[in-house]
Order: sequence, then structure tokens, then C-alpha cells
Amino acid sequence: MSLLNPLIQGVLLGGLYALYAAGLSLIFGVMRLVNLAHGDFIVLAAYLMLACVTALALPAWVALLIAMPFMFALGWALQRLILNRTLKNDLLVPLLVTFGLSIIIQNGLLLAFSADSRRLTVGELEIASWTFGDISIGVVPLITFIVAVLVILGLTFLFYRTRLGRILRATADSTEIVQIMGIDPRHVFAIAMGLSFVVIAVAAFFMGVRANFDPAAGPSRLLYAFEAVVIGGLGSFWGTLIGGTILGVAQTVGAAINPEWQQLAGHVVFLAVILARPRGLLARA
Amino acid sequence: MLLELARINKRFGAVVVADEVDLAVADGEALGIIGANGAGKTSLFNLVAGVLKPDSGVVRLDGHDITGLTARARCKAGIGRTFQVPRPFESLSVFENLLVAAQFGGGDHRGEADECAEVLRHTGLLGKANGIAGKLTLLDRKRLELARALATRPRLLLLDEIAGGLTEAECGELVALIREINGEGVSIIWIEHIVHALFSVVSRLVVLEFGRKIAEGVPAEVMARPEVRRSYLGIEEEVA
Repeated sequence: MSLLNPLIQGVLLGGLYALYAAGLSLIFGVMRLVNLAHGDFIVLAAYLMLACVTALALPAWVALLIAMPFMFALGWALQRLILNRTLKNDLLVPLLVTFGLSIIIQNGLLLAFSADSRRLTVGELEIASWTFGDISIGVVPLITFIVAVLVILGLTFLFYRTRLGRILRATADSTEIVQIMGIDPRHVFAIAMGLSFVVIAVAAFFMGVRANFDPAAGPSRLLYAFEAVVIGGLGSFWGTLIGGTILGVAQTVGAAINPEWQQLAGHVVFLAVILARPRGLLARA
Repeated sequence: MLLELARINKRFGAVVVADEVDLAVADGEALGIIGANGAGKTSLFNLVAGVLKPDSGVVRLDGHDITGLTARARCKAGIGRTFQVPRPFESLSVFENLLVAAQFGGGDHRGEADECAEVLRHTGLLGKANGIAGKLTLLDRKRLELARALATRPRLLLLDEIAGGLTEAECGELVALIREINGEGVSIIWIEHIVHALFSVVSRLVVLEFGRKIAEGVPAEVMARPEVRRSYLGIEEEVA
């Protein structure tokens, strides 16, 4: 049995995981906050796009364009109204608050959309693929991977080449000192959360196009995101791509050996990396 | 008067860090502050910079009451400071550290970058502009601390034991730089244990003891007073 096909599928799947992870990593990098509702916000964004598609009869990609600024505003408001108040010195408070948000979102979605699993459709493209011998590359997975690379390039550019990025990194270094420089960390954090939510919208789009989702799908997205971030290294954007890819490859190769091993193989690789390199492969912090 | 403190009081529980402190700094003046450890020197800076709020008393800048302003607003109003232990943004480059400090002022970006480059040249850090701040030597960290404060375009610069831990030669370099900055019209309040460095810059000296101002005047004259010798030099001899 050839491992080349699962390897390629795994890398492409890794693109999706990197999209899950990039927003989580961004937030952790800037404010040391682990957003336990990250996966649920991905699912929420997917339902938001689904609502646009069904209610307004819009193509899914137009719904994504609508969702992106909306999610930015949601993230910004969430940070300003709730999360900024949790960021004192106690790590437990933001964990509890985001855990609570996770439960609220799941139940809210259940009420609004029922437990049926749904998906976003992009027509013919969904099943389009190129075949080379016994290897088949789906167009949507390939686009997902390319978008993941573009998102990470974009975030890297934003963080290391722009004025806003400089402020984000300085605030990550010391919220106390930036205040003396005339910068309001609460505002900076709100922008960071808004950016994270834009990435969430992109991740939600590809999640919804590639697979079914339901109101309870959030926690497992969080888990993949979290594993990808930890494998890649906390606070590193390229790390999320590497972490996502390793996780994706572990799952597809595991599944190729034995279909029951898909999830297990991913978690085992995650544990192995934690044991060997506790700070991840490309740790910055 | 550029800065005025009027009857400032501040205590943390039983510890009094400011006890009816009056202080005035004129435009362009360089004022030195000495006092034993725990005399309330750094707390006084925190009160001026807005990190601490006084229990009572008024802080004025240019005659305007700024007691209620945050540290951020006071930075914008022209109060810059350095910390005793340099605290650069460790993961940013030296140049980026300055850009962050400079950018709240608005204006065009190109001018800002040029201004920061000028400050780096001035402080002797131009060659290390792209180095990561967290990897600098102590002298360079102190220089960066100073450069970053300058990049906020202060009218009043608070220097907290900036000469501490430096070699004699390094200290001399830093003193020349501080004198130059003062010569350009930036008012300075300088807390320093290295008295000869301090006296080569400041024209007036304040001595603090347990949050109280126990002496003020021309440095040589103040140092000759018995209560200052007892409070400050006595302890310094014990330490040495």
C-alpha cells in the first residue's frame, strides 16, 4: 500500500487545521489567553454563513465576505465587553469565561438551528479533483491549503512589517510599558481578537465546505487547533502550519493503516511532540 | 514651572512613600534626587508619571492639574521616563522599540522613522538598530531605555538610577549624553546613587527620607548639611 496518497491528503488536511489554529495562536501570542470557545466560534461563523446562504440565497463565498467584517466586530466587542475584564493575573478566569461561552454558543446554536448536521455548498467545485495515477487531489482541499498559507503569510506580514503589528508585539511583551508609551492595551487586545475572528470566519468557511458540522462540532475543532498550535510552537504562525500539517498527516496515515486509528494517531503524535519538544517545534516565546 | 507637586501624600498600609512632598521643576532645569533605599524615590516617579495616584495633593504640568490623568495621558502630555531595571520590549528590535514609543504622537510615518533614527544616532545605538532588544548588553539596554524615553518627545524626562551598574567609562558616556539632552531643553529629574555622575549634570538637589523631603538646594551645599550626611551618607558608608 502506498503511503504517498495519505501523505498528500494529510498535508492538505493540515491546511484546514492550520486555519483552525492560526486564530488561536494569534490570541495566545498577544495576550496569553486560551480561548476555549475558539472551536465554537468557528461553528458559529459557519452557521452565520449558512444563514446568509439560505435566507438571502447568496453564494457561500459571498457569505464569507459578509461574515469576515461581522466576525471582526464580534471579536472586537467580545474582547472589549467581556474578555478584557478577565485578563488580570489569574489564568483561570479567562478559561472559565471562555468555557462558559462555549456552552452558551453550543446551546444557542442548538436552539436556533437544531442538532441536524449541515454544510456549506460551493457547487461543482466540491467534488472536483485532479487525478494522477492512484493519487487524487481535491480542488477544495488544495484551495484550503493555499488559503492557509496565504492567511499565515498575511498574519506574518501584519505582525512583522506593519505599525499595527509592532504595537501588537510590544503589547504582548509588556502591557505595562506600552501604556507609558501612550498605547491602550485593551484596545490593542480588541483588535487582536477581531483579527482572530476574521481568521475564524475563513476557517469556518472551509470547514463548512469540506465537511458536515453541527452545533456540537466546536470542541473537536478546538482540540485540533490546540494540538496544531502546541506541536508547531506557541506564538509562531508558521508553527501552526507545520503543526497542522503534522497532525493532518498523522491522522491520514494512521487511517490508511487502520481506519480506527485516525484520531488516535493524531493524538499520539501530539503527545510524542510534547514529550520531545515541550515548547513545540518553532517556539518563539 | 514645568512640573509642580503640591503636598503630595501616598502610603501603602503603614509604609509612607510620600509625606507632604512639594517639588517644582522649571523649564530646562535638571534636578537630582537622592535618598537611601526605601526613601520613596521611585514611588515619587510613579506619582509623577501617573502609575500611582496620590492619596492627597496635586500634580501640575504647566500649571494644569494632571493629578487625575493616566500614565498614558501623561506620556502624551510630555512626561517620559526610564526604569531602574531597563525594560525594553524584549522581542522587538531596537529600532522597533523606538518606533512603538514614537508612534502615539501621530504625524507621518516617514518623519517618525527619521526621528527615531536620529535618536538612535544620538544615543549611540544606530549600529544595533536591527538587533533584538532582549540581547543587548547592560549599557546598551540603558541607552535604549533612554532612547525610548526620548522617542516619546518628552519635555520632562524622569531618569531612575540610569548610571547604576555601569563601568566608570560607560557612566561618563551616559552622563555626557544626559547633559546633551538637558542642553537641548529637556527638563530632567534624575534619581541616582552615583553622586559624582549626578552632580555633573544637576544644578539642584532634593534629599528624601521615608517619603519626606529633608533638604533641597545647591548640591554641594545640601551634601554638607548634617541631617543629609546622617540620613544618606551614613547609610551609604554602611553599605560600602
